[in-house]
Amino acid sequence: MLRFLAPFAVFVALIIFFAIGLTRDPREIPSPLINQPAPTFTLQQLQVPAKQFSPADMRGQVWLFNVWASWCVSCREEHPVFVELAKRNLVPIVGLNYKDQRPDALQWLTQFGNPYVLSVTDFDGRIGIDYGVYGVPETYVIDKQGVIRMKHIGPVTPQILQDKILPKVQELSK
Amino acid sequence: MMRAILGVFLLSLMAFSQADEAPPTAQDPVLEARLNHLAKELRCLVCQNETLADSRADLALDLRREVRDKMRQGMSDAQIKDYLTQRYGDFVLYRPPVKSATWLLWFGPFLILIAAIAGLTYFLKRRRKVLEEIPLSAEETARLKSLLHSENKQA
Repeated sequence: MLRFLAPFAVFVALIIFFAIGLTRDPREIPSPLINQPAPTFTLQQLQVPAKQFSPADMRGQVWLFNVWASWCVSCREEHPVFVELAKRNLVPIVGLNYKDQRPDALQWLTQFGNPYVLSVTDFDGRIGIDYGVYGVPETYVIDKQGVIRMKHIGPVTPQILQDKILPKVQELSK
Repeated sequence: MMRAILGVFLLSLMAFSQADEAPPTAQDPVLEARLNHLAKELRCLVCQNETLADSRADLALDLRREVRDKMRQGMSDAQIKDYLTQRYGDFVLYRPPVKSATWLLWFGPFLILIAAIAGLTYFLKRRRKVLEEIPLSAEETARLKSLLHSENKQA
């Protein structure tokens, strides 16, 4: 009896491992920044370079921090989702224009619409490194105390917005 | 003659193309050597099976620049690793640290080896028992003798 059951048990165990393991995305690396204070910075605003922005300016409200660039193809994919979200006035979105050229970035916003309250410029990618950015686009949900509560890697789809991000925003807004 | 000229021309082209690809001379060879050594311990997060030393991804270049800056600021290798781990997690280390979450990763293969050795020992022991010679009983010996005897007679 054992000689049939033992290989079968091994087989079932392997199937379970694969069933869990193969559905995971190896590109999604868990961020150590979750539940940590958002790294501070002071950066120039994209549209008004004379003005600066730092995360402390958003104290007291829940906000989205979205890393984007005009050279990033997936950003184009998620952009309409944010344009729609901005119209609904549910949560302010701040953009981090990552390793971009200013004219390209401005052109991009004119062409595809600007859902951002404002965007800041990170031309050399230093702030991106502080936020653990490794694949644009990335989106952070930051709470009223300035703590990162969620990070989404890759384009935000309507599904992800509805099921993951907005519930989190609502929960944090209470 | 034409051939020789052409040959020299082609060779000189090769020399030029190689000169093109030569990396810019490092300003500080000691620091650069230290950087390369440390970069071999760090993972590029874009092309996940490459180290920071091997990768040509944009992020890898940025991270190398960042590590170089930190070295100039006088941070130790361990401090730089901490700095990167705080941002990118343990994943950035090519050699994962030994801690409770990675025990299975580090010791799992040995567990499998031990299980395999145990299984093999069990199997071999059982097989030896099957192959072991069991002496014939008195009755069987008598029967064997009579059979051999009758065969001899027939021959």
